[in-house]
Amino acid sequence: MQQWSNDMNILVIGNGMVGHHFVMRLTEQAPQARVTVLGAEPHAAYDRVHLSELFAGRRPEDLMLADPSAYADRGVVAHFGDPAVAIDRRRRRVTTASGAAFAYDKLVLATGSYPFVPPIEGAEGPGRFVYRTIEDLDDIRAAAAGAGTGVVVGGGLLGLECANALKHLGLETHVVEFAPGLMGAQLDQDGSEVLRGRIEALGVQVHTSRATERIDEAGESPLTLAFADGSALGADVVVFSAGIRPQDSLARDAGLECGPRGGIVVDEHCRSSDPDVHAIGECALYDGRIFGLVAPGYRMAEAAAGHLTGSPAPFTGADMSTKLKLLGVDVGAIGDGHGRGEGVLAYTFQDPVRRVYKRLNVSGDGRRLLGAVLVGDCASYDTLLQYYQNALALPEAPESLLIPGSADVGLSGDALPDAATICSCHNVSKGAIVGAIDGGCMSIADVKAATAASTGCGGCAPLLKSLVDGELEARGLEADRSLCEHFDYTRQELFHLCQVEELRTYDELLRRHGRGYGCDICKPTAASILASLWNEHVLDDPHRGLQDTNDRFLANMQKDGTYSVVPRVPAGEITPDKLLVLGRVAKKYDLYTKITGGQRIDLFGARVDQLPSIWRELVEAGFETGHAYGKAVRTVKSCVGSTWCRYGVQDSVGKAIALENRYKGLRSPHKLKFAVSGCARECAEAQSKDIGVIATEHGWNLYVCGNGGMRPRHADLFATDLDDQTLIRYIDRLLMFYVRTADRLQRTSVWLENLDGGLDYLHAVIIDDSLGIAAELESRMAAVVGTYRCEWRATLEDPERLKQFRPFVNGAAGAGTDDGPVFVRERGQKRPATRDERERLRNDPRLVDVTELSS
Amino acid sequence: MSDPMLDAPSTPSRARLLCAVDDLVPWAGVAGRVSGSEVPGRQVAVFLLPGETPEVRVLGNYDPIGGAPVLSRGIVGDVAGEAVVASPLYKHHFSLVDGRCLEQDDVSVPVYRTLVSDGWVYLLP
Repeated sequence: MQQWSNDMNILVIGNGMVGHHFVMRLTEQAPQARVTVLGAEPHAAYDRVHLSELFAGRRPEDLMLADPSAYADRGVVAHFGDPAVAIDRRRRRVTTASGAAFAYDKLVLATGSYPFVPPIEGAEGPGRFVYRTIEDLDDIRAAAAGAGTGVVVGGGLLGLECANALKHLGLETHVVEFAPGLMGAQLDQDGSEVLRGRIEALGVQVHTSRATERIDEAGESPLTLAFADGSALGADVVVFSAGIRPQDSLARDAGLECGPRGGIVVDEHCRSSDPDVHAIGECALYDGRIFGLVAPGYRMAEAAAGHLTGSPAPFTGADMSTKLKLLGVDVGAIGDGHGRGEGVLAYTFQDPVRRVYKRLNVSGDGRRLLGAVLVGDCASYDTLLQYYQNALALPEAPESLLIPGSADVGLSGDALPDAATICSCHNVSKGAIVGAIDGGCMSIADVKAATAASTGCGGCAPLLKSLVDGELEARGLEADRSLCEHFDYTRQELFHLCQVEELRTYDELLRRHGRGYGCDICKPTAASILASLWNEHVLDDPHRGLQDTNDRFLANMQKDGTYSVVPRVPAGEITPDKLLVLGRVAKKYDLYTKITGGQRIDLFGARVDQLPSIWRELVEAGFETGHAYGKAVRTVKSCVGSTWCRYGVQDSVGKAIALENRYKGLRSPHKLKFAVSGCARECAEAQSKDIGVIATEHGWNLYVCGNGGMRPRHADLFATDLDDQTLIRYIDRLLMFYVRTADRLQRTSVWLENLDGGLDYLHAVIIDDSLGIAAELESRMAAVVGTYRCEWRATLEDPERLKQFRPFVNGAAGAGTDDGPVFVRERGQKRPATRDERERLRNDPRLVDVTELSS
Repeated sequence: MSDPMLDAPSTPSRARLLCAVDDLVPWAGVAGRVSGSEVPGRQVAVFLLPGETPEVRVLGNYDPIGGAPVLSRGIVGDVAGEAVVASPLYKHHFSLVDGRCLEQDDVSVPVYRTLVSDGWVYLLP
C-alpha cells in the first residue's frame, strides 16, 4: 500500500460519532495530516446515544462532540450541510449536492445508517417520523405540541429510548413490537417480561406480538395503526424505530463490494474492496456483521486511522455486550443472553418485589460464562463482563454471582490477564494501568489522569480501585489514607468515631485516637466534623483554636491580613433598603465593594477589630452571616424565575430562598454551592453546582456534584420531576451522606468520582435507601437545621466571644501601628498597597490615589 | 480594661511586661504590641501551649513570606514533635522553638524568650 505521507488528502464522508472519532484519532497520530470532512447534517458531530436527553432539559449544544474551533485548530477543513452524492473512484473525486468537488488520496466512509421504516401502507405522511437526528427530534417535538398519544413502532433498544423521549414530551406513550418480547436481540423471554412490567409501571403501554399492517388516516384519531390480528390503536404521533440499515448507497453506486443485506464489506483494517477507500461504523460490514453500537464503531475508526498512518490496530470484531438505562430501568446484556448453544446451563434469579431479573448462561462444565441478562439491577455487570470477556474460571457455585451484593466484591484485579479491558469506554487494558503505576502513578487519581480509565461512565471504578490498590500493595506502596501524622484514620473514620463515641471536643478525639499536638490539617477537619455533628458555636473555647483563620474571625482573610465581609443575601434577592445599608456600612468603614459570583456583595479591607462593629450594624439591619469564610453551604444562586420571566415555569427565587434558608450554616468537608433555574434555559447555571435544581413543567429536576472553578464538572442528572418534599428529602440525604463520607477538602464532584459504584451507587443509597440509613441522614440534617443560629448574632451577644476580636492582647485598636494594613485608592475605592507602594508611602502613610503615586 | 504596659506590677529587671496569662487561650494565638524597633512591625504573636507545665511561646507576628502581620492567627500544632504555627496566608510552618520556616530554609522569624511570673508574661531581652 501507499506509504503514509502528510501530503495525502484524507477525505472523510460523514461526521457522526464514529467519523468524528476517526478525525480526532488521525490528527492525534498525524498532526500535519490534511483532512477534509463532509457532513450531510448542518451540525458537526454530536452524541446520538443521548439524543432523548434533549427532551429532559439538555440542549443540542450539550450533545456536541466536535467544537468547530477544535477542527480549525487541527487544520481540519469541515464542510457541513452538503451531502456527498457521488464517488468517482477512477479520478478519486467526490461531488456533493451543491456541485462542489473534493479530491482525495484516501477516502473514509463513515456514513452511518438510516432508520428502517417497514414497507407498509401509510408509513409516510404527516404525524409519522423516524428517530435519528436532532432535526427528527425537532419535528417530533413540534408535532407533540397539543397531541395526546404517541406510538413507537419497535421495542428494541432504540425504540425504548424513543419512548422515553415521547414520555418526556408529555404524550401517552405506547410501544408496539412485532416480536413476542422487548429487546429480543439482547434479552431472553423472562428478562423481557420483567422489563415490560417495569416499563408499564412507568405508564408506558407495551403491545408485543403485534405486526403493524397499515396506518389509516380515517378514524377517530388522526392516525390509526391496524394490526395483523385485527386490533387497532389510535395515535397523534407515530415514530418508527424498528432497526437500522447501513447507509451504503454511495459505496454501492461507486461499485464497492457490499453485503447482500447491505453494508460495505471491509477487512480487519476497515479497508473496502478498493484499497484507497475505508469504511467504518454502522455502514461497514465486517465478517458478515453490522456493529450497531458506538464502541465497536470507535474501534473501527482506530483501526482505519492506524492503518493509514502505519501503526496498525486491526479490528477483529467486537463484543456487543451493553449496559444502559432505558426509561430509568437498568438493563445489561452480555454475550449470548438466550443460551442457545448445546448443553448450556442457565442460572436465573428473580426478585418479584424489586422487579429484578438476572440470568447467567454457563458452559456445560460450569467453568465459563457465555452470556448474561440483567434487568432492574446492573450492579454485577462489570464483574460479569470481566468473567465473560476474559474467559475467567467461574467460582465453584456460579449461582453465587446472582445474589445481590455478592458480585460487587467477587472479582479482584489481580485475577485478570494483562490484556483484560478494564475501562470499556476508553478501551484501557489492565496492562496499561499496571504500566501507569510502573511509571510512577501512586493513586487512583493519578491513574485516571494518566490513562483516562474510569473517566467515562465510571462503571469500572470498583474494579479499577481493586486493581490499583492490589498493584500498589504488591509494590509495598500501600496507599496511606491517614489524615495526617497525628491520626491513623481517614476523615470518614474520624467522623464515625466522633459520632459513635459522642466525642464533642478535639482534645477528647486526640487523646483517644491520635497523638502529638495536632496540626493545621487535623484541627480544622475535626472542627468541621464536630460542627456537622453537634453544631456548637465555632468560637467557643474548646473549638476556637481548631479553626482556620477565616472561621476563627468569621470573615475571609485577604492577602494583606485584612478581612472581607459577606452578609447572606438568600438567592440574591435584596430590598433597596438593605442595599442602602450595605452601601452605608461600606462607606462608613471605607470598604472596597464588589459583587460576588454567588449573587452577594463582598466588603473588603476590614481590620479584625472593626468586624464586630460592622456586623452590629448589619445584624441590626436584618442581615445574617453568609458563611463565605467557612467550608459550609455558601449560596443558592437563582434566576428570576416565573414571577417575572416570560419563560420561567416555576418560582426559582422562592425555591432558592427556601433551600438557602434550610441549609445555611451546614459545615461540610468543603464549600457547597447551589443554584436553582426556573426553566430549561438554565440561566442560574445550576449544572455547574454541587446541588443544581432546574424547574420543569411537573416539578424539579435535581442535578448533583457539578463544579465550576479549576476543575469544571458537569453535574449529573440525579432525579426528575420531583415534588417539593421529595426534592428536600433527597438533598437532605445526599448532603449528609457527603458530609459523613467525603475526604477533607473534597468537593462533591471528586467525591462522586471516587465513590465505589459511582452515580448508580449514590442513586441506590439516596433514592432506594440501599444502606438503610436514609431516615438517620434526614434526622441528622433536621438536627442541624433545627439548631441553626447566625454565628455573628451569637458572637455579638457574648462578651467572651467578642474579646477574641481585640487586635492586641495588650492594647486598644490598631490603626497606625507599624506594618498595619496600608491602602491606596484605585478606580474610586481603596485597595491594599503593593510592596513597592508601601515603600514609597513609608514616610507618608496617607491614603493616596495610585495616580498620584505613579507621577 | 487597664493597659498592663502602663500598669505593671513588680517587674523583673529589663524584662518587658506583655500580658496576663489569663488573657491567653490554649492553642489560639494572640497578637501583642511592643515598643522597640528591633521587633519587625512592633508586633509579636503569643501562644500558650498547655500541658503539665504550660509554656508561652512568642514569635514576631510578621509573616515574611505572606508579607503581613498574621502569625498570631495561625493554627498551632506539631510537625514530627516540633511545635509550630501554620501561617494563615500560605500555610508555611514556623517553628515555635527557633522561628525557622520548615518549608523554606532561608526564611525565619524572630523568637523571643519569655518569663512567666505570678500570672504575668514578660518578654526577655
